[in-house]
Amino acid sequence: MAFLFKRRSKPVEVDPESDIFNKETEGLSQGQIVRKRFFRHRGAMISLIVLISLVLFVFSTLGFKIFGIGYGGWWKYKITDLPALRTQGCSIELPGCPTLSLIPGRNFGLGDHPFGQDDLGRDYFALVMRGAERSIEVMVVIGLVAAALGIVVGAIAGFYRGVIDATLMRFVDFIITIPVLVIGSVLGYHFGSKGVLFLALFLGLVSWGGLSRLVRGDFLSLREREFVDAARVAGASNGRIIFKHILPNAIGVIIVNVTLIMSGAILLEAALSYLGFGVVPPDVSLGLLISQYQDSFTTRPWLFWWPGLIIIIIALSVNFIGDGLRDAFDPRQRRRISRKDRAAERQMTAKK
Amino acid sequence: MIAYISRRIAAMFVILFGSSFLIYNADAYAGDPTEGLRGSTNPQAHQKLIALIRELHLNVPPPARYFIWLKGILKVFTGHIDLGLTRDHSPVSTAISNAIPITIRLILSSFILAVLFGIGFGIVSALRQYSRFDYAMTFFAFLMYSLPIFWVAVLLKEYLAISFNNFLLNGKIAPLWILSAAAVSGVFWAAVISGSRRRVFSIFAVAGAATAFFLWYLSISKWFTHPGLGPVVMLVLGLGFGVGTTYLSTGITNKAALRSSVAVVLIGFALYFPVEYFLKKDASLITIIIMLALSIAIATGVSYFFTKIDRRPVVRTSIITSILVGILFIIDKLMKTWVPYINSDAIHQRPIPTISEANSLLPSGNFWFSSLDTVLHLILPTIALVLITMAAYLRYSRGTMLEVLNQDYIRTARAKGLPERTVIMRHAFRNTLIPITTVLVVDFAGIMGGAIITENVFGWHGMGTLLNQAIHGQDLNLLMGVFLFTAALIIMANLVADLLYSALDPRIRVVGKK
Repeated sequence: MAFLFKRRSKPVEVDPESDIFNKETEGLSQGQIVRKRFFRHRGAMISLIVLISLVLFVFSTLGFKIFGIGYGGWWKYKITDLPALRTQGCSIELPGCPTLSLIPGRNFGLGDHPFGQDDLGRDYFALVMRGAERSIEVMVVIGLVAAALGIVVGAIAGFYRGVIDATLMRFVDFIITIPVLVIGSVLGYHFGSKGVLFLALFLGLVSWGGLSRLVRGDFLSLREREFVDAARVAGASNGRIIFKHILPNAIGVIIVNVTLIMSGAILLEAALSYLGFGVVPPDVSLGLLISQYQDSFTTRPWLFWWPGLIIIIIALSVNFIGDGLRDAFDPRQRRRISRKDRAAERQMTAKK
Repeated sequence: MIAYISRRIAAMFVILFGSSFLIYNADAYAGDPTEGLRGSTNPQAHQKLIALIRELHLNVPPPARYFIWLKGILKVFTGHIDLGLTRDHSPVSTAISNAIPITIRLILSSFILAVLFGIGFGIVSALRQYSRFDYAMTFFAFLMYSLPIFWVAVLLKEYLAISFNNFLLNGKIAPLWILSAAAVSGVFWAAVISGSRRRVFSIFAVAGAATAFFLWYLSISKWFTHPGLGPVVMLVLGLGFGVGTTYLSTGITNKAALRSSVAVVLIGFALYFPVEYFLKKDASLITIIIMLALSIAIATGVSYFFTKIDRRPVVRTSIITSILVGILFIIDKLMKTWVPYINSDAIHQRPIPTISEANSLLPSGNFWFSSLDTVLHLILPTIALVLITMAAYLRYSRGTMLEVLNQDYIRTARAKGLPERTVIMRHAFRNTLIPITTVLVVDFAGIMGGAIITENVFGWHGMGTLLNQAIHGQDLNLLMGVFLFTAALIIMANLVADLLYSALDPRIRVVGKK
């Protein structure tokens, strides 16, 4: 077992003050450095592209309507349509099989029912797309609500300290100790029928505790820094100091944690809908689809695979984006020095 | 310290009071438990309605009714907690005390496995930072983070239970499976051990060939239908455990530890037949625990015999070895029960179940039968839970280990010329465990509440099922019972974690400064 502990050649660690690092960040603003680091994170970039294209694809499929401005969507079926079950090309016992084909050839493309049809004949592609819409909406709303509450509570507690801090943090303790799944089930069961956004709002109201603790921690240390004193001397109000001076410095922690909350939110919503405490029929959600069709796995496997895969794709890409952001915002981050960089550094020292 | 703990406990009661009040009223105002009876055409519906209203005090408005409920809870100080009645007129406390052992059984095994695998892989991943293994583990962890457990559960049921049961009917592995398993194992070991390109290829070849041969042998010797270890394999495994534990725990150069743990293994095997006889006569959980205590005592005695000075590491090594040998014996015994078990009427050659926590058709009274039954029922939910929870520990232990490895005391230890094993196991690993322990305590409580979905999918009758039943049946008292239990557990776990942190890390003080 000695191989476990054999020290391997460590990646060359370069002093962060050395030329190779300075050259990279010279003359760049904080935001530019973060952006540069984020773009270099391959996993995060791929995930970002996947997520954006998935969102565009999902929302354009069935169309949407915001404030009266609507777009009909490019897909021919709605979730309520009941086209006849497709028998051509399927085995006789199993009509309505998927037509999606990724192998270049005659049938390449989406076809008539790319994800197949359920036992009633409803187009499963439309159902999954509607479910994905719901999941993304829930994810965004929970993220926004949790971010807003977490930032405001954490900022106030950390900035004002003292009694305000103690009171708010006891309240946060209180929120954190409520088991999310239990309260989510109770709220979802009673209010789930009022619409998916309502449900998301409630779930957002119970998932901000951890974020506010982190924001408070950041504010406690940032408020002692010189630039805050400078702002105060210049006559800035408390509100201005909080939002214009301290908050931008704490934004890294916030963004990273909001992405984590969001990837958790999508699984939470799916789990609640699966248990029957979330989105209720006739509305559609990915968790609900899985619970409705899990028994047909042996007969119609396509009804089971797609919703799960979409959940995984969304959650995985959000997680990777979060990881990329964490690396990008982390000032201590030491990049692995590639051979190319080392060659560049050697050249630089040779020139000197 | 006592003042601090009592203050925290007081705060815990306040928090529990607040959150239970909130949930009680939210649920009471939102749902109406008499709804079903009102619309009923049953001629006795009216009487039932009146009885229900009287029993659950439904004529009292919720905020006041909460205090009736609270009065029952506060009887906890007199020793008779009263959680009220469910809608079926049975006490909530009975329902919950029946459900808790089932949930704990579900969680405990998966938690231990997830912790072992998570920390193990996390630390190996940290020791090989930026290697292919590290990247693969990172991806794997993120993938597991993103898996919906109910979806994985259905897949496991299909591929691990139903297909595996079908496979067991003849117990022959198809060549394609052998090849792919060999490829996976080759890639895994090559990534773990790693090194130069040539070395990686040879490790890949050796590990792959070994796996393929192993599976092929199991397949042709009908091992899957007639499993067993046999004395030789058991002895080799036992000695391997002894040497491996010694290596990780004290280093192979500690001759006393090596001798002591090998002696423990040999003594264990010398006692094999008496133990076998004893377990055959009457086995129960108590005899197993007595044997465990005995083996620990023997291990301690043996290590005292072999050492004069510096006994503690040797004792520790011997005890771990003796426990591992004991587990080996139990596995051997379970394997011997396998053939009669799968041929019994209740099983019908389909041993891996997909739902419920125990087979009710199984004849009771046979300890090994019911143990094997429990183990088999645990397999699917345990795999699902381990997959989901392991990711967090993997990431966390990797991050902590990397942080620890950058500390000055690690550099000092290396500068002193300590062997790398000592640096990692004694200086880095132990310090990594401090923050991990506290996270684990809080997490255990969290998983307890989070097993709701797993229980639901696999049809276990634990706390999750109770919660489901309570919400769907508008059963307020039952809901509050489940809530009170999970919330109290989480709060207590937080307190324990804080205390544990200060106990493990002397730099951190909980008392005094807030």
